[in-house]
Amino acid sequence: MTSVAHSTTVPGPRRGARRSFSRFLRAETWAAYAFILPWAIGFIALTAGPMAASLYFSLTNYGVEQIAGFAATEYVGAANYRQVLEDEKIRTSLYNTLFYTVLSVPAKMAVALGLAMILARLLRFAGFFRTVFYLPDITPPVAIGIMLLLLFNGSVGIVNTVLGWFGIPGPFWTTDPNWIKPSLVIMSVWTIGGTMVIYLAALKSVPRHLYEAAAMDGAKPWRQFKDVTLPMISPALFFTFIILTIAGLQTFTEVYTAYFGTGSAGAESPDAALMNVVYLFRQAFEFFNMGYASAMAWLLFVIIMIVTAIQFVVSRRFVFYQGEKR
Amino acid sequence: MAGRWKGRVLLVAAAALLGLTAASAAGAAPAATTSASQSGTLNIYGFGPGDDVANGRAEYAAAQLGRGVTINNPRGGFNDQAFLAMLASRNVPDVVYMNRNAIGSYAARGALVPLASCLRAERIDLSQYRAGALNEVRYRGQVYALPEFTNQITLIVNNTVAQQAGVNVNDIQTTNWAKLRQANRKMLRIENGQVTRIGFDPKIPEFFPLWVKWFGADIVSKDGRTPRLNSPQAIAALEFTHSLIRDHGGWDRFKAFRDTWDFFGRQNQVARNQVGAWPMESWYYNVLADNSPGVDITAKYFTNRRGGPITFFQGNGWVIPRGSKNPGLACKWMKAMTSQEAWLKVAKDRFDLRKRQGREFTGLYTANGRADVKIYQDIFQPMGRRNFDEAVQKLVQVSRYGFAVPVSPAGAEIRQAYLDAINRVLAGQQTPRAALNQAQREAVAAVRRNSR
Repeated sequence: MTSVAHSTTVPGPRRGARRSFSRFLRAETWAAYAFILPWAIGFIALTAGPMAASLYFSLTNYGVEQIAGFAATEYVGAANYRQVLEDEKIRTSLYNTLFYTVLSVPAKMAVALGLAMILARLLRFAGFFRTVFYLPDITPPVAIGIMLLLLFNGSVGIVNTVLGWFGIPGPFWTTDPNWIKPSLVIMSVWTIGGTMVIYLAALKSVPRHLYEAAAMDGAKPWRQFKDVTLPMISPALFFTFIILTIAGLQTFTEVYTAYFGTGSAGAESPDAALMNVVYLFRQAFEFFNMGYASAMAWLLFVIIMIVTAIQFVVSRRFVFYQGEKR
Repeated sequence: MAGRWKGRVLLVAAAALLGLTAASAAGAAPAATTSASQSGTLNIYGFGPGDDVANGRAEYAAAQLGRGVTINNPRGGFNDQAFLAMLASRNVPDVVYMNRNAIGSYAARGALVPLASCLRAERIDLSQYRAGALNEVRYRGQVYALPEFTNQITLIVNNTVAQQAGVNVNDIQTTNWAKLRQANRKMLRIENGQVTRIGFDPKIPEFFPLWVKWFGADIVSKDGRTPRLNSPQAIAALEFTHSLIRDHGGWDRFKAFRDTWDFFGRQNQVARNQVGAWPMESWYYNVLADNSPGVDITAKYFTNRRGGPITFFQGNGWVIPRGSKNPGLACKWMKAMTSQEAWLKVAKDRFDLRKRQGREFTGLYTANGRADVKIYQDIFQPMGRRNFDEAVQKLVQVSRYGFAVPVSPAGAEIRQAYLDAINRVLAGQQTPRAALNQAQREAVAAVRRNSR
């Protein structure tokens, strides 16, 4: 009653405006929900759902019998996680994965930034070179895995042939455990097209007047790069740093193709190439230890979360957002 | 009125009972039966696209099933992920073609149907199959698959290389390891730090069980529950085979050179004298006969320490997955596909085809011993090339001495454990003893995990 009495005190035109605005708000809200809905359904069905399922499986003995419904899924507590901590192969695979990520992420960022800076200065044929540099990114990872074996063959590979022209005896990249991971890192640098395009866009958005002001203050190119370019593109650098790190920690296809899925059915698969997701895949789909593989997946997820959190904390000192108050 | 209702109730009850019976027979049959009718659809998975031998037998098997049966074969190799998806969706094929080394893992998990009733119903005589191949598909006393090829292994000796190196072909054998190592050292060639010819390739890690069998030992107990990867015999076998590779300057040089071979081409490693000798599966004689029939080779038995021939069987087999809607048809199909008649038909067809093409017929080597004998006696004709003719004789004979790694519920993991161990040794990361000790720990843990 009170509300009715109160509403009657509101002048007519103002009350109508508020009501229509409220209706508009409701319509806007529903429209927003409608637009979000496809993504939300996809997220729940394809990401959150499987994640929740894998968390549950990681606490069970889930395997072929349970998949096929021949046996009940049994709760095994933290047994899979305990086993993860005891598994020698997990340690090997995590070391390999971290080694690969630590080397490949900076290498990819540096090469992509260098190429982007060259492209940003090109006045002619920029589009052509942009396309050429991006092409490796659309090469199927399986093909890259096969190419790795051909290019880096210790006897007749192109890489060692070229090194030989300069009198450098190339190593046995694909068979020497000390050189397997470096060769994978070098090969990964080949696919930096996407990162390069992000950097190119960031470089193009740096206001020219900042460089002009820096030049007037006597800043040389290196100083301009360090004090103007890097801070201005730091959000893009940070974004790719995060994305490449996560991708590095999840690397799979190229390595699996090159070393684990060959005609010899993985007979010549060196431990030096055993990445964490490769081992996870083997546990799940070759040995059928789905519960154990799920525990491995959650361990990797936690590692990625920790690494990303550290990156976010550290980034506060190095990443500059335009308009940000410090 | 009451009588009509009573009749209807009885009819409905009878129909429901019939439905339930049919559903339980189709969905939860504990073993393959031939209760299904001779019409319907047979869903095949993991088979094809095949060569003339595979397709010819498929035609024969289809004819045995009769016109009322529709065969649905999507043609594609077996894939664990795809098969798991089928199991998960309860939409399993009726019959599956898979590698025999995977059968233990699936059988132990209840995903395959034991073939006892299939064998009984179709009167399949197991004695026609080679015992070594059957051992690879037998788990806890039950047969789970009918085996196809055996891919027996013999030594292929390149006479030209042996002659160039001044090695007597008789010294290229596996009975006396000291002599074999001497021959290896003489035949290999290293130029400017690069291997340009392999003396003797022991083919490890793939053929490691064969080298362990040299002692009469196995890498896993007969019941598949006790891995024996770090037995003194296994360690000695790895030490010796590794020494053959070390003679070439190490695995990196050895493998890098081997990876450059044109294995399936005219310029293969035998034609180009890039290898002295190595143990190899039977199908490779076909490759040589097709691409470089002029090569001068000698086929020899892989012998154990007493000089007796031994060979290692590997290959595919037909299984019936649990939940197969038509196990009866599946049973008939696999019986026909592995029958003596089917093998003889395709062998004759291939012989005729090769004759028309002016190419050699180097035989078929199957898990059906009777078929092999008939093919050799009735179809095979010497091709006039002494080396290939002798090779065929050897391949026929050696099948009697075949063995397979015993089936284990952790078969895939045990295999991976020893493959990884050997790779660590080859890469110089561990000694044979340390590597095989680690492999043993991994294999024991895998067996324990799979026996819960």
